[in-house]
Amino acid sequence: MQIYLPIAEVSVNAFLLLGLGGMVGILSGMFGVGGGFLMTPLLFFIGIPPAVAVATEANQIVASSFSGVLAHFRRKTVDLRMGTVLLIGGLIGAALGVVIFNYLKSLGQVDLLVTLCYVVFLGVVGGLMFIESLNALRKSKKGVSAPPKRRQRGWVHAMPFKMRFRTSGLYISVIPPALVGLFVGVLSAIMGVGGGFIMVPAMIYLLGMPTKVVVGTSLFQIIFVTAFTTMLHATTNFTVDVVLAVLLLVGGVIGAQIGTVIGARMPAEQLRVLLAALVLAVCGKLALDLLIEPSELFSLGTGGGH
Amino acid sequence: MLKRLLVALALCASPALAVEEEVVLGLSQDRVAITANFDGSEILVFGAVKREAPIPSGPPLEVIVAVSGPSSPVTVRRKERKLGIWVNTDSVLVDEAPSFYAVATSAPLNEILSDIEDLRYSVSIERAIRSVGAAMNIRGAQEFADAVIRIREHESLYSIREDTVAVDEQTLFRTSIEMPADLTEGDYVARIFLTRGGSVVSQFETTIDVRKVGLERFLYNMSRQQPVWYGLMSLVIAIAAGWGASTAFRLLRE
Repeated sequence: MQIYLPIAEVSVNAFLLLGLGGMVGILSGMFGVGGGFLMTPLLFFIGIPPAVAVATEANQIVASSFSGVLAHFRRKTVDLRMGTVLLIGGLIGAALGVVIFNYLKSLGQVDLLVTLCYVVFLGVVGGLMFIESLNALRKSKKGVSAPPKRRQRGWVHAMPFKMRFRTSGLYISVIPPALVGLFVGVLSAIMGVGGGFIMVPAMIYLLGMPTKVVVGTSLFQIIFVTAFTTMLHATTNFTVDVVLAVLLLVGGVIGAQIGTVIGARMPAEQLRVLLAALVLAVCGKLALDLLIEPSELFSLGTGGGH
Repeated sequence: MLKRLLVALALCASPALAVEEEVVLGLSQDRVAITANFDGSEILVFGAVKREAPIPSGPPLEVIVAVSGPSSPVTVRRKERKLGIWVNTDSVLVDEAPSFYAVATSAPLNEILSDIEDLRYSVSIERAIRSVGAAMNIRGAQEFADAVIRIREHESLYSIREDTVAVDEQTLFRTSIEMPADLTEGDYVARIFLTRGGSVVSQFETTIDVRKVGLERFLYNMSRQQPVWYGLMSLVIAIAAGWGASTAFRLLRE
């Protein structure tokens, strides 16, 4: 069944969108990631204009994170204070990101910027995750399960404006979390992702937050930052396609439920290796597109690019 | 004096000549509604040639049907290898390029329409695109105009289909124009040319109204006119859909 998307102005198969949503949903349920970093490139591949894909994906992430954060609120694993600090940084970052996005769009370089961001971040995160999980896998085979030592007495603790975060059991400066939030906000606006794949490692390794509050807190921040990004894109670029968002979402939510069941039955180390391989595969595909001579050297954009 | 009279006569005579053969046209539909499940459309174009006098002798009557969508400027960018990766470098602004352009003819176009007439009426795809302001300092500005045609032909937005207009007894003609699913809305202009021996003897023009309707119309208008409310509505709908779907799934499993 073909469906005409009112804002993207392209006609696509509704079942393809539901299927894509479902597939990414399964992966996000299995690995506990948002899946924006997979969905946005997939939308490029099926011919959705990049600007629409990025803006619509932000809208979808709001909704898919919403049901997630409710579950974490019930379990009281959201550090609201830390979330708010991350959020303030995130909102500033998102505004900055949209400004950069619109500026590069006028230069005709937005596709390059988005692709480069994806290659760099997916490459770094995927590579680190791959090495780390391979090591963990090797250790678990040897039967030695040494708990990772957390060094918390670094530069993070030497900064001013200290604040007490009770839920996380931390007493640290607000500057590092605000900066992490800001950085993730920029990425969210440019790449159409929630940024969990950057924020979660940063919260664990950089801020030293306990693992159990990390996911809920990052979801809390992601909801508000992506909602803000959606509003910015909707009011400056008019590129949020609500029909596309809903189709992806319905597939995504159902997929996520199935993914959670599969994920619970698989060993954690193997899951991490798989996720790392997946991230590196997406990264490799995007990198190849930049390196190999494209079959069509020309591209069309709407006029009046000044 | 005599000269002036001759000129005046000639001026009177030429329009009189032009209406000797006239097009009477029918369209299977003069409006295309883009609905949520719009999957392209086929428009039947048919008509007859009305004439007071018997069919003129000489080269046979040929028919050209050209349908064009609303024109807008297009920025064409070219990729080049910089530092090992392919990036957009040069760009050319093509002043006017129709979003859709389809030509159907009763015989190969270059046989039934002379270059001069093509220039005058802008019938062929190459002529329908205007790039007057193309910067001269960029080498091969023509390449950029060609790229517009190539890319849009690939997306079946531009097409030229020769020998697809059926003409009976130099009087009745019919053809069909396929419109793809990825249409932009606006007033589409259908032009019909009758030619003899390469020159246009009659021309007829009508519009086809291509509009989003229903939900598509509503969402599009809202996103442009009330972007803030549209953004908020998108968020609410998405959250409700996501929350609803996950709740429904949980209830189903229990």
